[in-house]
Amino acid sequence: MGIIIDHNKCILCNNCLTKCPFGALELKDGKVEVNAACKMCRLCLKNCPVEAITEEKVTIKPSLNKDEWRDILVYVEHDGKSIHPITYELIGKALELAKVIDEKVICLMIGDKIKDLAYELLEYGVSQVDVYDRKELKYFRADLYKDVFVDCIKRRKPNTVLVGATVSGRSLAPRVAAYFKTGLTADCTVLKMREDTDLVQIRPAFGGNIMAQILTTANRPQFATVRYKVMDQAKRVKPFGKVEIIDQKGSDLTSKIEILKVEEKPTSESIEDAEVLVAIGRGIKDEKTITKIEKIAELLHGKIACSRPLVEDGRYSVYRQIGLSGRSVKPKLIITFGISGAIQFTAGMKDSEMIIAINTDPEAAIFDIAHVAIVADGNIIADKLLRYLEENKNA
Amino acid sequence: MNIVVCVKQVPATQKVDIDPKTGVLLRNGIESKLNPFDLVALEAAKWIADKTDAKIHALSMGPNSAIEVLRESFALGAKEGWLLSDRKFAGADVLATSYALACGIRQIGDVDLIICGKQTTDGDTAQVGPEIAEVLGIPHISWALELIEADAKGLIIKQDLGSMDALVRMEYPCLISVEKAMFQPDLPSYRLYKESKDYPLHILSADDLTDVDMTRIGLDGSPTQVEKIFIPSHDVKATRLEGDPEKISQDLFSILKKNKLIKEVQ
Repeated sequence: MGIIIDHNKCILCNNCLTKCPFGALELKDGKVEVNAACKMCRLCLKNCPVEAITEEKVTIKPSLNKDEWRDILVYVEHDGKSIHPITYELIGKALELAKVIDEKVICLMIGDKIKDLAYELLEYGVSQVDVYDRKELKYFRADLYKDVFVDCIKRRKPNTVLVGATVSGRSLAPRVAAYFKTGLTADCTVLKMREDTDLVQIRPAFGGNIMAQILTTANRPQFATVRYKVMDQAKRVKPFGKVEIIDQKGSDLTSKIEILKVEEKPTSESIEDAEVLVAIGRGIKDEKTITKIEKIAELLHGKIACSRPLVEDGRYSVYRQIGLSGRSVKPKLIITFGISGAIQFTAGMKDSEMIIAINTDPEAAIFDIAHVAIVADGNIIADKLLRYLEENKNA
Repeated sequence: MNIVVCVKQVPATQKVDIDPKTGVLLRNGIESKLNPFDLVALEAAKWIADKTDAKIHALSMGPNSAIEVLRESFALGAKEGWLLSDRKFAGADVLATSYALACGIRQIGDVDLIICGKQTTDGDTAQVGPEIAEVLGIPHISWALELIEADAKGLIIKQDLGSMDALVRMEYPCLISVEKAMFQPDLPSYRLYKESKDYPLHILSADDLTDVDMTRIGLDGSPTQVEKIFIPSHDVKATRLEGDPEKISQDLFSILKKNKLIKEVQ
């Protein structure tokens, strides 16, 4: 069972204690002991100079017959009016995984009056869409949706289940996985199928500094959630699959959650939750350029942010300011125009996933943290980039 | 009425440096703290306890040193602490952790409401809350944005549903996981900390739990296995674009497109 420490070999060098990222090794009565914080990362094994630490492998439950579990099930994310694009990304990955083991991709769609929407999925190469279409299922409720999800899995017995890491997906997937007492890996960035149908799941740990490769070898289905914009969308093909309305007459769809009211989200000026930010700094003075940059932000579905000078000038409200005296942000993309990158600014955005910086000074500090450093006049680049984006939109 | 807040001891720093040659984590000592998202959960518990006269329990699974985060929970309003600490719990993944915590909740007894923080800063999964609810067979709400009402029977909550917000009512027993923005956490109260010296603090081993299936805890109860850990290859190498502005803009557009930052035309 897990990490074993041979106290006869152990020289109490403390190496494992200091190297364990989880504080899972403790000195108790002069002996190194493993505690409940252990995550089986095995760093202690690698760091023991005298090989006093070993690992006892888990024995695979003999009861599992993997052949009984076939096909990849994709949970369809939608709002009743349109299908969320993450679904097409999951289908793209699912088709790739299914190909390795010569299996099919099946979709599960839950909602109210969604039959027509279901047919759109067939255009992406799925073999089957199971639709649970009932008025009780109009809005997401984790307990009720779980019951439906469980029903689908019991009938289909999929080998793998993929769910988008959206607000509802991250609430639903763990419930369903726990029902089947099986594994679920959150926010996978890489998924690969082995020929023995084991799913290799890779996810970042410790804020992305380390990647963990995870398997679920003795349980089925294998559950994984994936964030939006991580995988590639499936390509459109000539539809060949079919849509099946699952008749649930007689089944009692009740939830312990009562929806009192549903409202559209208020739009806010807040830059903290934006996935895309376009930031303007001291280097941009021309009002025409500012208008163009605002247009670029709009076309990238992002928000405008700025460094301190534009707030001091009264051009933007303080809610748009990034930095120590403003907001901290961590978007998927930030493009900076005419920002030199003083520490007071970069402290508020250096953890962004992709930083594209445009500045005329080739030595600008912002280039030290930028993934893409562009040495050019922001006024010109704004003009030309806007043209490319508009052409793309009208294509 | 009893409220259980699930808390966790996490590394004090999220940034770990790695020796690029050996792949070993470089850390100076093991400093830890209470998971910051749990502070919001404790605030939510206080808000509800004020209205319902409920008693707040703090529950954790971890090493003996996690007593510290329970003591910190006392300074933030909890009145009784429970720590599941045993090497039999070691190597637990989300499912085994949720099962053990659910057993702890059953042991506390007569629990009406369980509150979890949105996620932990070391695991980042946000999965333990919903899995506890499933093990206990009770409803749950994730991403609770705002508490609207609390009475002896249940809660009215504003919940994030992605493109919409929903106002929902849920009766006890139930579980909620709360968004960070719900409350601005209070600083720990020194007065409460001093008062809490004699508050009951239980350390439970696996054998202390009644009604526990030993095959469902720790590594044996974990369906997922970490096969290996490795350092990500930094494929995002810094690119430098200089020269002709037309060419630069074209390259920039291609980079945005390649990274799926421009919506594809369907």
